[in-house]
Amino acid sequence: MFELLGIPPQAFFGQLLLGLINGAFYAMLSLGLAVIFGLLNVINFTHGAQYMMGAFGAWMLLTWLGLPFWVALVVVPILIGAFGMVLERALLRHLYHLDHLYGLLLTFGLALIIEGLYRQQFGSSGQPYVNPMPGGTNLGFMFLPHYRAFIIVFSLVVCVATWYMIERTKLGSYLRAATERPDLVQAFGINVPRMITLTYGFGVGLAALAGVLAAPAYQVSPPMGSNLIIVVFAVVVIGGMGSIMGSILTGFGLGVIEGLTKVFYPEASSTVIFVIMAIVLMIKPAGLFGKQK
Amino acid sequence: MTPPASTVAGAATPATPASQSPAATTPGAARAATGRGGLALFGLFVVAMLVLPHVGAYPVFLMKVLCFALFACAFNLLIGYVGLLSFGHAMFFGFAAYVTGYTVKAWGWSPEVGILAGTATAAAMGLVAGAIAIRRQGIYFAMVTLALAQMVFFFCLQAPFTGGEDGIQSIPRRALFGVIDLKNDMTMYHVVLAIFLIGFVVIYRTINSPFGQVLKAIRENEPRAISLGYPVDRYKLLAFVLSAALAGLAGATKSLVFQLASLTDVTWQMSGEVVLMTLVGGMGTVFGPVVGAAVIITMQNYLAGMGEWVLVIQGVIFVVVVMLFRRGIVGEIAARLRRG
Repeated sequence: MFELLGIPPQAFFGQLLLGLINGAFYAMLSLGLAVIFGLLNVINFTHGAQYMMGAFGAWMLLTWLGLPFWVALVVVPILIGAFGMVLERALLRHLYHLDHLYGLLLTFGLALIIEGLYRQQFGSSGQPYVNPMPGGTNLGFMFLPHYRAFIIVFSLVVCVATWYMIERTKLGSYLRAATERPDLVQAFGINVPRMITLTYGFGVGLAALAGVLAAPAYQVSPPMGSNLIIVVFAVVVIGGMGSIMGSILTGFGLGVIEGLTKVFYPEASSTVIFVIMAIVLMIKPAGLFGKQK
Repeated sequence: MTPPASTVAGAATPATPASQSPAATTPGAARAATGRGGLALFGLFVVAMLVLPHVGAYPVFLMKVLCFALFACAFNLLIGYVGLLSFGHAMFFGFAAYVTGYTVKAWGWSPEVGILAGTATAAAMGLVAGAIAIRRQGIYFAMVTLALAQMVFFFCLQAPFTGGEDGIQSIPRRALFGVIDLKNDMTMYHVVLAIFLIGFVVIYRTINSPFGQVLKAIRENEPRAISLGYPVDRYKLLAFVLSAALAGLAGATKSLVFQLASLTDVTWQMSGEVVLMTLVGGMGTVFGPVVGAAVIITMQNYLAGMGEWVLVIQGVIFVVVVMLFRRGIVGEIAARLRRG
């Protein structure tokens, strides 16, 4: 069948796999954005920079301290999540009573600072990161590198665990309640400001986790975050930020569509997500899973 | 049924607390600048711009400031008077530069027709991008415009006529209308000043027209404007097209000044820069974007040798202005004057 279309199956499945991997990052990043936006009403423009910090965190631990990937996978998200909480306490907190656009402008400024500092230190070219899971399996129709399989499985686990935590646990119910009516939740004796700080830290930690995961798969470079975050914004617009599961599905789905575009019409592969965004906005302005206010 | 605009503007203002809209933090600034003081200030500005190149200011630098000032004014028309934050205005600025550069260089069009072509293309793009973006409000509007601009960036990166990473270089400065020699920087400067003033007056007339009053009503309270029977989406779209066209005019002019149209002009960083200029100068003030553009361009000139620190410093300015001086330079001065 694939030969009929003039495409060898190896190329087809190879791109499908790459698409799934990109989708895994879209899903994890848009999930973090959605969680933050839900409670803080802030679009975290720094998300891309925090993802980049995650990748560099893993690189620094390995290169400077000799700590392996698996340590970075645990330590780096916690450190960068804590850094996020400091940002929230020191800066973001003071903007909640204003128009939401100020939160966007502030986090945009922070993203410029972080990216600029990293560019100054490391230049804009990429740093290599040793693959922690070398080798792969031949599946007959394609070759599956172990680390790539790990990315997909691991990100799926993270996404489902996040979904479970928010939709099915007590803590998650507080979070959802505070998203709807923070004043009422506060009146019940729950410390909403602290919850906001922790939520931002969690979202940022998720971005950093995606960054650590990306380090062996892509080049670790200062612009990696800003290039990705704009696509993730489009993913978020397409999905609508109404539902956690919606973010996950949209992320993976668009990754696959982008991968397939690379097979069938490579010229459009960098723009296909933006085109889909435009079409979705014309048909369903609130996004596929969003609720129109 | 369309009620007279003056009643709308009056009725719509008290409905929303001033802190709600970014531009509404400077409610009196625009009014102050539209009065007699504003006219005197405008006259002073024109005289200063006519004198400056003769007292040692470098005309190419001034032309750059004027192009970016017009760009920022066009951007400010949306954020300051309709409350729409476009994070993708570089697509109009940069693409118009390409169109002007290409038509003038490859097809041998005269500068005035080239600029017109660039501006018209930007307006057409504004119509399409605007129709898509105004379907969402607030933060989503910003994300959608950013994403659309990124799409244009990738298009420019791949399209053959843009020259890829090299851009379109050595765009000829032919005689304007066949008689005015643009090769002379001083002549070019006066042409750029004239273009800027035309754009500025168009914006000034727009925000002080009944149309502009309706835009402000939309900014302050959109549901109210809808309930009063205004076709809000059509107003927003028209404002967006006008803003896109003027941003395109700025970009088209810039491509002739520097004889270069390149990818830099369509990047998200460029969209961010125009936001920064307007924020620093004062969103929703008439002169704010001009002051902001002058400040940022001057700063970039001084810091040109400092590499990536420019990015860091711009980020710091963003953070400081958002945290401490949300009114911007002109907005703060106007507020001081009113108090004192």
